[in-house]
Amino acid sequence: MITIPKKVLASWSTTDYNLTDFVLNANINIVMRQTRIPKQLIPPIILFAVAAMALIIARQLLVPKTFGKYGFYRAAAVDEIASHKMVYAGYQVCSECHDDILQTKQQGSHKGLACETCHGAAAAHAEAPDQSVPSIPKGRDYCQLCHAYNPSRPTGFPQIIPETHNPGKACITCHNSHSPQLKPEAEECSTCHGGIANQKVVSFHAALPCARCHAVPKEHLLEPRLVKAAKPTTRSLCGECHAVGVDSPSDIPRIDLANHGGNVVCWECHYPHFPEAR
Amino acid sequence: MIDVTRIAAELPNVTGYIYPNEYELHWGILIVVYPYLTGLVAGAFILASLERVFKVKALQPVYRLSLLTAFSFLLVAPLPLLAHLGHPERFSEMFLTPHTESAMAMFGFVYAWYLMVVLLLEIWFDYRRDIVFWANEKRGFVRYVYRFLTFGASDISDAAIRFDDKIGRVITIIGIPSAFLLHGYVGFIFGSVKANPWWSSVLMPIVFLFSAIVSGIAIVLFIYMVSTIFRWKQVNMPCLNKLAELLFYAILVDFSLEALDFIQRLYESEESISILSQMISSRLFISLIISQIILGTLIPLVALAAARFGRIPDEMRRIMYLVAAVLVQVGIFSTRWNVVIGGQLFSKSLRGLTFYKLELFGLEGLLTSGALIVLPFVILFILVKLFSPWDREEVDVKSSKA
Amino acid sequence: MTDQAPKMPRRDFLDTAVRKLPAWLLVFKLLNPAELLGDGDSTDVGNPKYDPTQHDYAMGVNVHKCIGCGRCADACKTENNVPRDPIYFRTWVERYITSTDGETQVDSPNGGINGFPPAQKESGILRTFFVPKLCNHCSKPPCVQVCPVGATFQSRDGVVLVDETYCVGCRYCIQACPYGARYLHPIKKIADKCTFCYHRVVKGHVPACVEVCPTQARVFGEAGQQSSPLRRFLRFNDVTVLKSWLNTKPKVYYAGADGEVR
Repeated sequence: MITIPKKVLASWSTTDYNLTDFVLNANINIVMRQTRIPKQLIPPIILFAVAAMALIIARQLLVPKTFGKYGFYRAAAVDEIASHKMVYAGYQVCSECHDDILQTKQQGSHKGLACETCHGAAAAHAEAPDQSVPSIPKGRDYCQLCHAYNPSRPTGFPQIIPETHNPGKACITCHNSHSPQLKPEAEECSTCHGGIANQKVVSFHAALPCARCHAVPKEHLLEPRLVKAAKPTTRSLCGECHAVGVDSPSDIPRIDLANHGGNVVCWECHYPHFPEAR
Repeated sequence: MIDVTRIAAELPNVTGYIYPNEYELHWGILIVVYPYLTGLVAGAFILASLERVFKVKALQPVYRLSLLTAFSFLLVAPLPLLAHLGHPERFSEMFLTPHTESAMAMFGFVYAWYLMVVLLLEIWFDYRRDIVFWANEKRGFVRYVYRFLTFGASDISDAAIRFDDKIGRVITIIGIPSAFLLHGYVGFIFGSVKANPWWSSVLMPIVFLFSAIVSGIAIVLFIYMVSTIFRWKQVNMPCLNKLAELLFYAILVDFSLEALDFIQRLYESEESISILSQMISSRLFISLIISQIILGTLIPLVALAAARFGRIPDEMRRIMYLVAAVLVQVGIFSTRWNVVIGGQLFSKSLRGLTFYKLELFGLEGLLTSGALIVLPFVILFILVKLFSPWDREEVDVKSSKA
Repeated sequence: MTDQAPKMPRRDFLDTAVRKLPAWLLVFKLLNPAELLGDGDSTDVGNPKYDPTQHDYAMGVNVHKCIGCGRCADACKTENNVPRDPIYFRTWVERYITSTDGETQVDSPNGGINGFPPAQKESGILRTFFVPKLCNHCSKPPCVQVCPVGATFQSRDGVVLVDETYCVGCRYCIQACPYGARYLHPIKKIADKCTFCYHRVVKGHVPACVEVCPTQARVFGEAGQQSSPLRRFLRFNDVTVLKSWLNTKPKVYYAGADGEVR
């Protein structure tokens, strides 16, 4: 409860408002006036005030200047990170001097392969071409990182089995790394489809050429992902050997085309590259 | 730099698949020691508050001891954190630019609040009369220490003492949720990590808190018994019985909570259950089944129940209490180990387990951790010498025998 | 004796408390770092030619195209001077092999840098593929959330970076990352991770891993740019992100990531 003496009230209308006088003259009825603040509370209050001030002053002095400018971080850090030196130059830089090789590469299967993937980081070479010369992988090991047969690689990626594919010979003896050509002969499907070829070669269908069942347009060899070979669309293709009553070797298993397997094509259930596997 | 050949030879110790960066454990034994120490702080303080606020009179002999224990452990608690940092010299950043979204940053302030507002104030107000008394009576260098610690407030009239008492109660009342916050926060630091299915749990702060209470009661029981016996005084049996009883109930609650977590995990059988079961049965078998459950929970439960509620002579009781208190410490330390180390032993791909190689020497070594656990006892020893917490009515063992 | 004004200690105290102290507190409140900036060359940051607010970087990974050659992991270590030990990686390649009995095995020998040795068994493989992994530069990064000092942050162009002079090395961010993308740099003793080769992208280049990928399995670009390889990638592929249920909103999008990929 606050009671205000009349003379203070009167003074408000004529003089400037003086907060100090108000506080001193008002009759404020709170517990504090009756029981004085015990002296033992003063030291803790002072110590806390000092600690808080110390923290505020420390913040003032020690927090980096750019902190908080764009978010809760030191904005200058972004510039520091952005100013690191590049170690890889990027293929555009290579083409400034080696454009002829780039043009050659664009015609072959390695057109998507950056120069530095095989020749290593070349920013230093771009800066000072004579002082830092990129390496040229000439043995068999480096090409195998991509082209050695590994079943986990996506189907259609050209792979060889190093132990049987011209052992001992350097890859560049036969292949031009800047413009590797794919041979267009029929059985070279296994160059890219090694996994399938490996399975087929030990299966009942080993003697069947790929083209027996797949129609392969010639563009497929140039742009494999854009122009694909066709899968058989009818059951009658398989029926040419497997239907009851056709003229084919007697040890081939026969089925009744009309009743066997509903109306889906055969390869929805069977795996023609390795038909033994159910 | 790490020897690549050694790593290549050691990688076979990895079971299954781990992300390559997960090979190294990042929070090692120092981060096991840290929640162990803060847990003791919270537990000891809760014990003190039981006497002060909830008027459990039997605990009077250990009231001041609990406060001093909490203080000693609280002083040492930041040391393992500091030692663990990659750049300890930058630690001030946590106070200057604390990220308010980060539980770790906010914990710095919870710790500072608890130290300054709760513990220091409570101890000062409780001891103030004695400090003034000692400032007048004692001789030598300590006299100046006491005079400094009065901070000029040397009024020890009845009214002043009554005020001290009143404000002490207020501080303790504020202190109870603060103590809960102190160690619950540590639980939250782990429990809020959604990337880790071993840690990520709503129960984590609760389990941390109750295991803290268990360890705090046990450590005060241990310190009280050992120090009283060493001073050739008679142990106050009602107090000790009360401590044992409280410890028993605390372990019961803590065990129930952890069993609940375990049962629920098994029942829900969510994706991580397979790798976690593998981890428990291989990497964590000794520290979880043997050390935490059998040695640290079941045996103390039986021992405390038998000793407290059974008809056993006092000498035997004391031995069983002491053994139980020590086993509880082993158990709670194992709990911290299982949480911190266990959470990093399995891969976040849920496909493999790595291993933790505990060094003997070095900043992250067993010896350093041992020293950090011993250091609070050293500090407590000094504090007890300066600020005697003992009851004046204590009975001398020697004189009663004579 | 001169007529001195009578001492009024209470009046003086209240005078200070009520009039002067609030003024002091106000001054101190203004003296905080964020408000002090805006003047002085020492707080000038940024390259005037590059406006980060016009960019939002993201990446696409096509699992169907990855051949597991490991050139990306190797180039990353070269470009960013990452220690060569087999336990520190900013990016790595994993191989998944699902056998016909339903079990899936994953491995990543030296992050895939030296290629992959032949699989344990070749028969009985149902599906197998390679998955490159890296920091996902999440839109809601849990690592940034838990950093106690603001040393790791999301830049205005969507890249999560680490301030190596500010990081205290507490390793909370490493614990918080669900993808295992972070490690503690053994020499600098700070948290480190993929930066999308920030020093390259601000100059208009692509990250080193994208540069050297032979099959263009990695696609880098701007999430907001209309005609770009990344936009095409996002339009034509069924993209997923890793651990989507954790709500980190990763910005590395995977096409062809099998359900077994974690």
